[in-house]
Amino acid sequence: MIRIANLVKKYGEVSAVNDISLDVKAGEIFAFLGPNGAGKTTTIKMLTTLLQPTSGSIEIDGLDPIARSTEVRRRFGIVFQDPSLDQELTAYENMQLHGVLYGVPRAPRHQRTEQLLKIFELWDRRDDPVKNYSGGMKRRLEIARGFLHTPKILFLDEPTLGLDPQTRNQLWTQVKALNEQEGVTVFLTTHYMEEAERVAQRIAIIDHGRIVATGTAAELKQQTGTDSLEQAFLTLTGTSIRAESATSADAMRAMAAMWQRGRR
Amino acid sequence: MGVIYVLWLRQIKRYFRSRARIIGSLGQPLLFLLSLGFGFGPVFQRAGQGNYIQFLAPGVIAMTVLFSGIFNGIELIWDRQFGFLKETLVAPVPRVTIMIGRTLGGATTSVMQGLIVSLACVIVGFRPNSVTAIGGGLVFMILIAVMFTALGTAIASVLSDFQGFQMIMNFLVMPIFFLSGALFPLMGLPRALDIIARVDPLSYGVDGLRSSMTGVSHFGLSLDFSVLSVLTVALLLVGSRLFSKIQI
Repeated sequence: MIRIANLVKKYGEVSAVNDISLDVKAGEIFAFLGPNGAGKTTTIKMLTTLLQPTSGSIEIDGLDPIARSTEVRRRFGIVFQDPSLDQELTAYENMQLHGVLYGVPRAPRHQRTEQLLKIFELWDRRDDPVKNYSGGMKRRLEIARGFLHTPKILFLDEPTLGLDPQTRNQLWTQVKALNEQEGVTVFLTTHYMEEAERVAQRIAIIDHGRIVATGTAAELKQQTGTDSLEQAFLTLTGTSIRAESATSADAMRAMAAMWQRGRR
Repeated sequence: MGVIYVLWLRQIKRYFRSRARIIGSLGQPLLFLLSLGFGFGPVFQRAGQGNYIQFLAPGVIAMTVLFSGIFNGIELIWDRQFGFLKETLVAPVPRVTIMIGRTLGGATTSVMQGLIVSLACVIVGFRPNSVTAIGGGLVFMILIAVMFTALGTAIASVLSDFQGFQMIMNFLVMPIFFLSGALFPLMGLPRALDIIARVDPLSYGVDGLRSSMTGVSHFGLSLDFSVLSVLTVALLLVGSRLFSKIQI
């Protein structure tokens, strides 16, 4: 379903992604793990047509995301690391807008919106503006939205960041259920090792833009001679903390936080 | 078409849901209208130019549409950093369609602002020539709105954060407004100022509005309309092109 070969992304001299190759099978839940700044989000951006690779090839359901971006875009849903909802609109309006953007006809659009909002327990709050939602509700809505156009692949970039254990647990249960019912391939990143171990059939670990290990959680533990995935992860990627440069996006986020506090 | 419509509708809904913004953005035009209008009114009259409110009102309406249009376009930066832009950029829709939907939505709300300020002008004592004059004025409001929303979108497509925003306001938007003949007649200006006013696209917008609403014209209605139409189309093209190139 996803095939990556010798993928490279360079920003000037720095290689954010340095020659990675991967294969994700249809219907699989695949976890893509790595420390901050390892190249996870850059890879996802290239897979989802947002960024052009420097070199290497990508196939999404057999199609090249650069040459045939519209067809590729129809095939996946994505939950970004940062929220991408319209805060002024209601949950229902966000879903409808998404449906129209993806060309879902009116009747199934309403029907599936209802079904998904019920699964993710947001139906009762469907007419509330998203800005009144809690962090967990927003995340659930984004995931529900990602499923709306019945994609073949769902990308989840750290979907559980900052959520409490209850919400995380419920969220993965729902994603897993939809993966089984609809056969959606799920490509996820997370910093919570126990989540990856619980939901993912296979795991790849990326560090400094290179893939350092691939396999099931059991295989990774065996390979490193450790008894938890967290230990295996630390063995593979080392214990030093990664320097992440503050980007303008971080500055904006800080500004937004201040702005919102000011309004309250 | 469906996509353009929902993106247009989104802008309209956002506009009506932020009443604070609607009211807030009326403050500045009203201040200009009242302080300049009544402050300079007697001097203007004595100089033999007639009623200053009658002269100033189209300028203030144009200002409202200009600021609101640029702002609606620049709002893209906000969308870019806090999310919604990405949702539209990964959608299986040509980027041009998204840009057009956004721009038309933003332009529509700018025209609404312009209409509200027009009403305020009438309350203060502005009198358009006739009912048809309002129709002509509306055409120019639409042109100004689309042109500057497209310009705002084009600028926002190449800026990744708000750090350049102040510079854009001070070195682009403010000069466009102050040098457009919104506040003073363009007759008998010093050479340099005259040239700048002729290059300033808003000059034609203000003149078109003034000429269709009050019958007083500097450039002539057909020149105003032609310049604005050509520039609007050009900026839409440039804006679409820059918007299509956005990488996140």
